[in-house]
Amino acid sequence: MKYIDHHAHMVSRTTDDYAQMALTGCLAVTEPTFWAGWDRSTVDGMEDYFRQLTGFEPKRAAQYGIAHYTWLGMNPKESDNRELSRQVLDRLPGWLEKPTVLGVGEIGLNRVTRNEIATFTEQVAMAEALRQLVLIHTPHLEDKHKGTKWTVDVLQRHAGLAPGRVLVDHAEEHTIEMILDNGFWAGLTLYPQTKVSAQRAVDMLERYGADRILVAGACDWGPSEPVAVPKFVMEMRRRKHPESFIQRVVLENPIRFLSQSPKFTVPAGTEEATPTSIG
Amino acid sequence: MSTSKPSPLTPTELVDEYFIENRNRLLELAAFLDRVDRAGGEASANDFRMQVFREGVAALAGTGADRLHRIQMLLSDPTHEPLPALDRKGAVGAYDKSKVARR
Repeated sequence: MKYIDHHAHMVSRTTDDYAQMALTGCLAVTEPTFWAGWDRSTVDGMEDYFRQLTGFEPKRAAQYGIAHYTWLGMNPKESDNRELSRQVLDRLPGWLEKPTVLGVGEIGLNRVTRNEIATFTEQVAMAEALRQLVLIHTPHLEDKHKGTKWTVDVLQRHAGLAPGRVLVDHAEEHTIEMILDNGFWAGLTLYPQTKVSAQRAVDMLERYGADRILVAGACDWGPSEPVAVPKFVMEMRRRKHPESFIQRVVLENPIRFLSQSPKFTVPAGTEEATPTSIG
Repeated sequence: MSTSKPSPLTPTELVDEYFIENRNRLLELAAFLDRVDRAGGEASANDFRMQVFREGVAALAGTGADRLHRIQMLLSDPTHEPLPALDRKGAVGAYDKSKVARR
């Protein structure tokens, strides 16, 4: 089945992973900026990373017929560093104009510190002012519920940012309702141990339906799977969900959300899944 | 709120399909608790992670279809105030409730 993975940190993956994704039907990936596992020491180092995401990575993906888009911003795990964050935000507007940048992301909170909230608030304000789509990271494990509540609180203070243009990612059972009830898109990320399994993701789709819900693999430098989405498709089939429902989740919904950016091109052959034809 | 789409599988079909792998998960949980006990379980009794883990195991035996939500909340930081400063880079999986008592 054709699919789009809206959250994949491909800079951490090999070209073999691109091949596996292409072989399993992946048409496009969107890659948010994230923490490399170590803290960058300078804004120049961060810009080199932006250059990799906007220049090298789309070419690498294209070799496998996969369209590559990105989201740029100050990632949550380094956002407690206010000085570096201010420097990154000073340079960010120019990068947001690049042709494959869909918006600001992944921004958000990690340990829910005062500094992280300040940096997050500034990035939300920038997205609002520059009319950008937003992809938001929510904290992991014991910090998720508190961090998601703060995320929603900050977003609600920015009335100019339409909730339907915001994807709140890494949703779980105890946070998905507050995301959907406030009009945002919810992302379910399939990741061993620290996020959700394919079985739990299907459970949430059965409970809440498919409206404004996306599913991604979130593969990165940790134990994770570049083909998590097709394995999720297998789990949906195991539960006997119809192909039309599965396609809505893994292809039509991503197209619907991402097409809000004029830079996103609907993959060839999927025109029937464009936003005008889905409810 | 979105419209729910219940599983097409009947309860019996769900059990038929998923019993074996969840039987295995149940045994893995038991094996982990036994392993900790054999290593000197009394020492882990005061570990906040194992305290909430045992609360979670008790919640499994409860009724209703919200066990997962209850366990998620047992493991979650219940406070609202942000941390004044970054203490560490990552989460550890459970909230130390003694922190609330100390505040």
